[in-house]
Amino acid sequence: MKIDFYTVFWREMVVLRRTFSKFFASRLVGPLLYLVAFGLGLGRSIQMNGGSYMEFIVPGIIALSAMNTSFSAVGTNLNMSRLYHKTLDEYLIAPISAGAFVLGKVLAGTVRGLIASLIILVLAFLFGAHLAVNGWFFLVVVLTGFLFSALGAVAAMVVNSHEDMANFSTFVILPMSFLCGTFFSPDRLPQVFGYVINVLPLTHASYLLRALVSGQGMLPLSLAVLAVYAAVFFAAAVAAVRKVR
Amino acid sequence: MIEIRQLAKQYGSIQAVDGLDLIIDVGEIFGLLGPNGAGKTTTIRMLTMLTRHSGGSALINGYEITRDLSKVKKEIGVVPQHMNLDLELTARENLELHGRLHKIPGTERRQRIQELLDYVELADRAQDLAGKFSGGMKRRLMIARALMHYPGVLFLDEPTAGLDPQTRRKIWDLIRRMNSEGMTVLLTTHYIEEAELLCHRVGIMDRGRLIALGTPAELKKMVGEVVVEALNHGDTEYRFFAGREQALEYAGSLAENVAIREANLEDVFVELTGRKVGD
Repeated sequence: MKIDFYTVFWREMVVLRRTFSKFFASRLVGPLLYLVAFGLGLGRSIQMNGGSYMEFIVPGIIALSAMNTSFSAVGTNLNMSRLYHKTLDEYLIAPISAGAFVLGKVLAGTVRGLIASLIILVLAFLFGAHLAVNGWFFLVVVLTGFLFSALGAVAAMVVNSHEDMANFSTFVILPMSFLCGTFFSPDRLPQVFGYVINVLPLTHASYLLRALVSGQGMLPLSLAVLAVYAAVFFAAAVAAVRKVR
Repeated sequence: MIEIRQLAKQYGSIQAVDGLDLIIDVGEIFGLLGPNGAGKTTTIRMLTMLTRHSGGSALINGYEITRDLSKVKKEIGVVPQHMNLDLELTARENLELHGRLHKIPGTERRQRIQELLDYVELADRAQDLAGKFSGGMKRRLMIARALMHYPGVLFLDEPTAGLDPQTRRKIWDLIRRMNSEGMTVLLTTHYIEEAELLCHRVGIMDRGRLIALGTPAELKKMVGEVVVEALNHGDTEYRFFAGREQALEYAGSLAENVAIREANLEDVFVELTGRKVGD
């Protein structure tokens, strides 16, 4: 298991190294636009909980970027590999377990999510945001990347066309991007929305990161929610790979 | 050795493979010949455990394909019909990935990679991305990849589909060379020439069933070794004869233009099914 997952992870890192500049540039554009438009433009006159709007949205954008990057790194690639390139067959005929395969893919997706988050963190400092970053902060980013990578793996294994994969993003990932405490506090929405939003994983990632950078400390319940989502999505991805034959 | 007993696959109401019985000996090049949709690829996918079978069983070098899954995976090399190299990796990295997946230790792995790159004549392109390769080079790299872990049985699904005649012959030479070194080969093809020139024995498949089995010579004898083709009201009629003399005698009795030629496996297929392999 140990070597097997590393082999899958190794392949992903070889490709990441080779295409790093392209990956870096693509991960820079979106957050940069968010920071300029919402942080500097729209947010200049807005105060949130006594701090600047920039400081409010940076944790949200980090959670959002970890989600998007990790989900698409695993979801899109694995779906293409299964349906179009058929490179998944190479792993299916190899003597490795479904668990090792999923772990390798998901860890690689997590690494990409973490890099995307670091890019935003550096940008935010350059834009003048004051954020208290510690080890817990990175743990939450890693957990966020891991759970959305695993969700990407589940989607890639069960969705049967590239078009439906895009639809999955539109109906699941996109609404979370905007509603889960990324750009505004969900408390402002009608309560019925609040109930739904509070069970979604990105909400807890945003809450946790915001609490950590503002010095409020850890939110154990949110951390537990993320851990449970990560475990459930990972188990579902392993089951989906086992079932693919 | 491959022992297949009553192997079957059903997709809904469609019987893709219908009770296949077949034994392929050690060191044999065996070809499954048939039109698209005959069940050849499904058979290979079942034997390589990429598709679950719905009935029957199969043993590869004594290991049952579902019960002894991990042992079977070590015994077999697979070259699928679909080009499934990792195009974002170089030729060397593609082999490296396969070697790592099969847990070949580092030094041995590097040695094996070099050996196989030389074997398929790609050593000078080892550092190039597989995505930049021509169709023939990709197929050769896929063969090298399948050989990385020293399998005893090699499955090739349509190994020369879409390749030009020169490249096709290069792949045939490679298959013959591997076979002469002891490799058992099961390949599928819809090319008559490939089945005749390359395979020791051929099984003709149609609609999920094996409808004929034997050496190319034995199969041709089933219909007659010489064919007279005559045009009759716009349709070509085929008559088969055991020898050239009888064929000539018959051709002489016909008023219209005729062609006399040796029978091939396509004729066998047409005689058995009433259709051409390409139909």
